[in-house]
Amino acid sequence: MLSDSDITALILTLKLAALSTLILMMLGLPLAWWLARTQWRGRFLVEALVALPLVLPPTVLGFYLLIAFSPNAWLGRWYQHITGSQLAFSFSGLVIGSVLYSLPFVVQPLQTAFSAIKSDLIDAAATLRASPIDRFFNLVLPLARPGLVAAMVLGFAHTLGEFGVVLMIGGNLPGETQVASVAMYEHVDTLQFENAHALAGTLLCLSFVLLVGVYATHKRYSVLRW
Amino acid sequence: MSFWARLVPMSGTLTRCLLLGSVLLVSGGGVAQADPLRVAVASNFMGVATQLAANFEAEFGYPVTLISGSTGKHALQIQHGLSVDLVLAADVERPALLEQQGLTIPGTRFTYALGRLALWQPQAVSPGPETISHSDGATVALANPKLAPYGLAAQRALIRLDPAVSVKRVYGENVAQAYQFVYSGNAQLGLVAYAQVLSQPPTSYWLVPGSLHAPIEQQAVLLKETHVGRAFWRYLQSEKALELIREHGYDTP
Repeated sequence: MLSDSDITALILTLKLAALSTLILMMLGLPLAWWLARTQWRGRFLVEALVALPLVLPPTVLGFYLLIAFSPNAWLGRWYQHITGSQLAFSFSGLVIGSVLYSLPFVVQPLQTAFSAIKSDLIDAAATLRASPIDRFFNLVLPLARPGLVAAMVLGFAHTLGEFGVVLMIGGNLPGETQVASVAMYEHVDTLQFENAHALAGTLLCLSFVLLVGVYATHKRYSVLRW
Repeated sequence: MSFWARLVPMSGTLTRCLLLGSVLLVSGGGVAQADPLRVAVASNFMGVATQLAANFEAEFGYPVTLISGSTGKHALQIQHGLSVDLVLAADVERPALLEQQGLTIPGTRFTYALGRLALWQPQAVSPGPETISHSDGATVALANPKLAPYGLAAQRALIRLDPAVSVKRVYGENVAQAYQFVYSGNAQLGLVAYAQVLSQPPTSYWLVPGSLHAPIEQQAVLLKETHVGRAFWRYLQSEKALELIREHGYDTP
C-alpha cells in the first residue's frame, strides 16, 4: 500500500505537473503560433532551442539551474530580492525546471496543429472584419483542438516523469520538492521494495491512462517530427 | 584507391583512419589481458579508491576497474547478478546483508575506514559548535539520512548542535551532493565529509567531534575468490593503504 509520504509525493507531483502545464500553455501558445506562421528565415534557431530538452540529459539542465539559482547568480539574487526566499530547494524552482524540461512536448504538437490550418480560412475571417484576437480564439484554437489536448497531456505526463532535474535542484524536501520519482529512487536505494512496488505501480497506471486518453482521441501524435 | 575507399565515397586518409579505428575497436586494442578486477566503491570514497587502485596497479601490475555509486544500489545490483570482485561500502549494514545472503566469501568483511564529519561554511571565518544555532534562517545541506551513513551522522549531530531547529535542512542524495549544494552557494552551511573539505581553507570548516554522532564505519567485503581479488583485499589492509586512507581525512580502525 502507498505510505503517507508517498501520497504526499504523488500529490506534489500532480500539483507540479498541473501548474507547469498551465504555464507551458501560456508560453507555448504564442510561441508555437509564431513559429507556425513566421516567415523569418532564422526560425530554425528558435526551433532548435525549443527542442533542446528533448536531447539534453536532464542532469545538464539541473546543473545549469543549480548554478543559476545560486545567490551568486543574477537569477537567484533577483528572485531572493523580490520574494525573500531562494529558488533552489523550493517548489518554484521545480516549476521553472519543469517548464524548461517539458517545453518541446507542448510547443511541438501545438506548432504542428497550427501549421495544418489553412491560411485561406484566417484570411476569410479577416475580410469579414474579425480582429486578430477574435480570429485566434474563435477560429484557430477550435481548429487546433486535437493539438491543444495533446500538448497539455504530453506536457503533464512528461513532467510526471521528471527525475534528473529535480534530483539536482530539489534537496528532497517532503511536501516541497520530494516528487514521486525521487521518492521512488529513495525506496529502491534503501531496498524498500514494497513501497517501491506500490509507488511504481501507481505511476505506471497513471501514465498509461493519460497516454491511452491521448491516443484514443487522436490517431497519432509524434512529438518529434522527422 | 582501395576497394573500401571506392565503396565509400570519402577521402582516402579519412577512410583509412576510420578503418584503422574500427579494427582497433573490434580487437580491443589488440592487447591480451586478464579481466581487470572490478570493485564497487561508495561514491564518498571514490577519490581515495582511485589512488589506491593506481598504487595497487603500479605495485602488482593488475588493473582495477572502479564502479562508483551508492552502496544501496550496489547491493541491489549485486543481488541481481552484477559481477564484482569486491565491495567498498559506505556502511556496515549492506556488506552484512550480502554476507547473510551468502553472496560473499566468509570471513572477509572488515572495516577499512571510519568517516569523519565536518561543518563547512565557505563564507565564514572559523565555524564552531555554536555556528548552526546562530545561523537563523540559513540553509544547511546534509546527505539524506535514509540513504547515506554520513547523512544519519549529520542528522544526529544537528540534533545536538541545533536543538531549536533554527536552520532549514536540505538533503543531498549523498554527501557529494550535499557538498555541491554548499559549493554552488545554494546552501550556506554543510555537514559534509571531512575528506571533502581537506582542500578548503582550514578556517572555513570545523571538524565535528566524533562524540556527537555514531561512528561512520565503512566496510569492505570480498565477493569472489580470485588470486587478484585476494591480493587487493590484503592490500587494503596494508600499512601503506591505511596511511593513504588516513591522509585523505578518514580514520582507520
